[in-house]
Amino acid sequence: MPELLLDGRPLRVADGTSVAAALALGGDGCARTSVSGQRRAPLCGMGICQECRVSIDGVRRLACQTLCRDGMRVETRP
Amino acid sequence: MSEGRAADVIVIGAGIVGAYCAHALARRGLDVQVLDAGLPGATAAGMGHLLVLDDNPAELALSEYSLQRWRDLAPELPEGCAYRSNGTLWLAENPEELAVAEAKHAVLSARGLACEMLGAQALRETEPELRDDLLGALKVTGDGIIYAPNTARWLLESDPARIRRQRAEVVEIDGNRVRLADGTWLAAQAVLLANGVQAGTLCPELPIVPKKGHLLITDRYPGKVRHTLVELGYVTSAHNATGPSAACNIQPRPTGQLFIGASRQFDSVDPAVEGWMLAKMLGRALHYMPGLGDLNAIRSWTGFRAASPDGLPLVGEHPQRAGVWLAVGHEGLGVTTAPGTADLLVAQLLGETSPLAPQDYSPQRFFGDTAHA
Ligand SMILES: Cc1cc2nc3c(=O)[nH]c(=O)nc-3n(C[C@H](O)[C@H](O)[C@H](O)COP(=O)(O)OP(=O)(O)OC[C@H]3O[C@@H](n4cnc5c(N)ncnc54)[C@H](O)[C@@H]3O)c2cc1C
Ligand code: FES
Repeated sequence: MPELLLDGRPLRVADGTSVAAALALGGDGCARTSVSGQRRAPLCGMGICQECRVSIDGVRRLACQTLCRDGMRVETRP
Repeated sequence: MSEGRAADVIVIGAGIVGAYCAHALARRGLDVQVLDAGLPGATAAGMGHLLVLDDNPAELALSEYSLQRWRDLAPELPEGCAYRSNGTLWLAENPEELAVAEAKHAVLSARGLACEMLGAQALRETEPELRDDLLGALKVTGDGIIYAPNTARWLLESDPARIRRQRAEVVEIDGNRVRLADGTWLAAQAVLLANGVQAGTLCPELPIVPKKGHLLITDRYPGKVRHTLVELGYVTSAHNATGPSAACNIQPRPTGQLFIGASRQFDSVDPAVEGWMLAKMLGRALHYMPGLGDLNAIRSWTGFRAASPDGLPLVGEHPQRAGVWLAVGHEGLGVTTAPGTADLLVAQLLGETSPLAPQDYSPQRFFGDTAHA
């Protein structure tokens, strides 16, 4: 059961949970804020649409293509 | 079917070239009807790098003149056009390229263009993301970037009283008349063909061939790069080759995204992204900016440049079709050269003295001496 930090708040998820699922479980479901200030959420769930870009340990990743690991820092803002 | 006089000038194509010409014609008090079929055009696909190129004197004159016109227009452009005068850095990796940079510096500064040589140390300080063993760079200060699709739209909306737009495909040109796909004929005093790479479908006699290019854009990483970074090998490897080629071109978008080009292929009309070509192109960019590999790319796509045999556009009256005027064949520089093209066109259409020597861009050069219709 990995525990991650989602926008600074701890969140424990089941093994094999994707970061996209963690966003839905522990946040507002969104991965990022667009240039025009909109919150954006995962859409295709299969690595194509690029809507789920999120910062994981300081690096931009696709939330739907990344599994949660213990100690991960996931940032969806700004 | 019915036929009416649609306007003073019918412009076929609402890309950046058609849009700029329509805008310039309207400024001179002419009524313009712009027809566009909504086909995939180069304006929506390309990089929108505004740059002075000096492969030959005519290209230099046209790009230099056009850059000045973009700078003049800049205060009027809305933010959506994303114009920035961020400058180009021509990167020199070896002594030969440094010599090319210095020669270019001499040519441009002799014409009074703002530019300077940066040594290795100054280059590292200016763009720390670049590999640290480059010998230097030529900085061309007045170069810029623009978001061409929004700029074309803004130009077309600039004078609603004089510029009318219609979504329609032209299927035939007969002198100063055009036939639309629905069978309607429209007539005007002049018909301007500005339909980019599709020019040959309406005028098969024009020597225009597609040159495919790949592009890729990253997620937002503000502040990593400031200038548009172009390898000097570009001058020889990409521009003049006939086989597939790729060169480093890294452009910082105002959003913080990095826009990566550029590849060139003559042999393909298939718009699909080709992995091997994309890899070759990214390899060039990575070679200059090693940290690029850690960034997230979000999209890649392709576009087609309309290439003429000598790389220069065809601007002026069609030598064999009375009433038809041309503004086509802008290759990889049509966003840059749209303002100069428009001024050349308007001057010739109105019988005025042109700000640039029209014969250098005259379609006549591909039709021989006796081709007058
Ligand atoms: C990959 C790539 C990178 C580039 N990078 C740069 C750059 O950095 N800087 C630069 O200055 N230039 C660049 N260019 C070149 C530049 O984008 C083009 O030269 C320019 O956009 C051409 O504009 P256009 O208006 O002539 O043609 P297009 O933008 O292609 O527009 C033609 C229009 O004509 C319409 N049309 C076609 N046929 C018909 C018909 N029968 N009836 C009605 N409408 C029709 C189409 O729908 C289309 O909208 C690049 C091009 C490519 C492909
Ligand atoms: S949700 Fe589409 S790429 Fe992740």
